[in-house]
Amino acid sequence: MGNSFKKIISIEEAMENFHDGMTILFGGFGGIGSPPTIIDGILEKGIRNLTLIGNDTGFPHIGIGKIVSQGKAVKIIASHIGSNPVAGQLMTEGKLDVEFSPQGILAERIRAGGVGLAGILSDIGIDNEMVSSNKQKVKTNGKEYLVETALTGDVSIVFAKKADPYGNLIYDKSARNTNPLVAMAGNITIAEVEEIVPLGSLNPDEIITPGVFVDYIVPSKGVNWKWVWE
Amino acid sequence: MGIESRNRIAKRAAEEIKDGMVVNLGIGIPSLVPNYLPKQINVMFHAENGITGMGASPFKGEEDENLCNAGGYPVTVVKGASYCDSSVSFGMIRRGRIDVTILGSLQVSEKGDLANWIVPGKKVPGMGGAMELAQKAKKVIVLMNHTDKRGNAKILNECTLPLTSSRCVDLIITEMAAFQVSGHGLILTELFSPYTVEEVRMKTGCEFQIIENLRIIDY
Repeated sequence: MGNSFKKIISIEEAMENFHDGMTILFGGFGGIGSPPTIIDGILEKGIRNLTLIGNDTGFPHIGIGKIVSQGKAVKIIASHIGSNPVAGQLMTEGKLDVEFSPQGILAERIRAGGVGLAGILSDIGIDNEMVSSNKQKVKTNGKEYLVETALTGDVSIVFAKKADPYGNLIYDKSARNTNPLVAMAGNITIAEVEEIVPLGSLNPDEIITPGVFVDYIVPSKGVNWKWVWE
Repeated sequence: MGIESRNRIAKRAAEEIKDGMVVNLGIGIPSLVPNYLPKQINVMFHAENGITGMGASPFKGEEDENLCNAGGYPVTVVKGASYCDSSVSFGMIRRGRIDVTILGSLQVSEKGDLANWIVPGKKVPGMGGAMELAQKAKKVIVLMNHTDKRGNAKILNECTLPLTSSRCVDLIITEMAAFQVSGHGLILTELFSPYTVEEVRMKTGCEFQIIENLRIIDY
């Protein structure tokens, strides 16, 4: 396999981009579509005081939940933590700062960060104090909207089915979820992929994330957790 | 609430789903609704995690870990299904393309306020996609027990729990009855046999009107 763009690296090399106190955007929904090898790499390197941005906190032993339940995060911006009781417990104990964002608005904030916008205007939760407090409001076309600010971070980690050496990505079914958005939002984007295929073997029409957004490609060692339904 | 009442509620909710609709189902009783749809109607079930056209659960051994619903459980897809990212999935919701959302709730007020995301001091899971669905689906149907485990009314003048979204519920179905939410409070439209209007009144935390031709459901 060629590595003409020098993007294909080992998990050890990828870990050089991670350090204490950083902000990580992660792809995945309930752990599905979260990158298992990079998550384990973060745990093995013992990185702490992380700010995490992603859909949810997975399950205690699944996806980003592994990092959260080991107390390695100090803050998380997510839409839901209900499937990870450890996250709720840490929040109650004041050890984890949780900012809730409505699910689609969170996706859109990440997307905004990824496409170079400062934020979006949204009416979701505008009459709900828990969503609207401390947010700027603007009126346009006679209607009031909340300013929902864009999200970016030091590193984005995503999980894809296939990559070519340029980092063009395609995803697998519902494991796509937030990954294409997260892939655009990091200062550095690292894609963990199940399969690396030669340049030219992906149909340009089927590519979901153009490789221009992807800095590094790491071969996946595969999902090593047991799903809730197993 | 026994299996029997859960299924009666689901069966009644299924009557709201018409040919060609796009439908989002919550977890719990709403997930039983597809069991009661007539075979000849075409419906696309939407999942927030990016599936339009969800089908039945797969057979044991045929699960695909990358094909799951928003709750993380394996599903299948029907002919004509598509996958999308979360931005597009919620775009469908906010743009008003979801005809019906059917969800559970902790409380509902007579104005149609929905409280289904927080029990202060006990459970703070986050809103997930509930706010967007409640605020933007064309029709919001709540399926729930008429009372909580202690027997307290869940249909109230005002919700005591934090709201998910205000004035969004169109129809409430419980094991006892169904109510339409109108601009002037609730209207009792249906009773599940053998419950009586008086029994419903005793277990409901607000006044309600009664429709002229009250339907008695005996399935």
